[in-house]
Amino acid sequence: MTPELLAALALARREQRPVVLATKLPSGEQLLLPDPQAGAALNEAAERALATDRSDTVSISGAAYFLHVHNTPLRMVVVGAVHIAQALVPMAAQLGLAVVVVDPRRAFASAERFPNVTISTDWPDEALDALRPDRRTAIVTLTHDPKLDDPALDRALRSPALYIAALGSRRTHAARLARLRALGHDEASLARIRGPAGLNIEAVTAPEIALSILAEFVAVHRGAALARKPPVAAEKAGQAA
Amino acid sequence: MSEASASAEDVLAVAADWREAGEQVALATVTETWGSSPRPAGSQMAVTASGRMAGSVSGGCIEGAVAEAALQTISSGAPQLLDFGVTNERAWEVGLACGGKVKVFVEKLQ
Repeated sequence: MTPELLAALALARREQRPVVLATKLPSGEQLLLPDPQAGAALNEAAERALATDRSDTVSISGAAYFLHVHNTPLRMVVVGAVHIAQALVPMAAQLGLAVVVVDPRRAFASAERFPNVTISTDWPDEALDALRPDRRTAIVTLTHDPKLDDPALDRALRSPALYIAALGSRRTHAARLARLRALGHDEASLARIRGPAGLNIEAVTAPEIALSILAEFVAVHRGAALARKPPVAAEKAGQAA
Repeated sequence: MSEASASAEDVLAVAADWREAGEQVALATVTETWGSSPRPAGSQMAVTASGRMAGSVSGGCIEGAVAEAALQTISSGAPQLLDFGVTNERAWEVGLACGGKVKVFVEKLQ
């Protein structure tokens, strides 16, 4: 790989621009797509690879090209700089997620409690308006406080976010759904919220709850069958109320 | 690219950092898989002439052979397209215990 191409790839990643690195096989000639010079077939194949987020070798007019997808990083917006967030944030970073912690309560959202993480102390609805969640964004609310969770979930449901989850018991969640319904969200929309958050692994401690949430996120992202569970599998599924 | 190297999975960023630090670096990328290959296309491994390694292209079955090819590519500058599978009949050849097949492209970071 030439230094120019490596630099172009680094720039695209810094600018959060999804690109595809095409390598002609076996000769190794490379180009970055989309590229107006490259011809329609190659650009269209790159577009498909980006849409499915899947790298693969394709045949284009008799030549083999490896299309390596460099999508923008998956993001996780964690609303509530609480104890569980302190466990969740480093584990999410380990999975390659770009994490943002949102909490207007500065005593919670401190750099000391969350080192090396982007922190927003805006109100959650304003924070999400600024972050503009896309199809590669997960939003998890952890505060248990309707004043903070509700505006975050309201904005999450108005976005194409990949994964929306809310911590809280089954009873808390039913009350939450009733409030969001009053804000005009219909049943199909409300069904997007994973509540109680996380796979039911009988999680008890903060790291275990973080693990269950991240496991569910991976299941949704990868389209695993167990991601299509009914909203509430058991009374204890959602961890602490 | 170091701002992206927070994730251990970001092998390209690690390779770029090594290159920038003056190392001779080759990058191996899974370009095609068949059957039950453990790592999907796009998985990468970086190898330096000094013996550093990051990432993986299989569950550990072919990393040794890929590292060897990487050192060849570092010294020759020529890329290679390697083919690994269970079809190798001679026992001393490298294959995948899982029964899958993979193609791995090895290139030098210029």
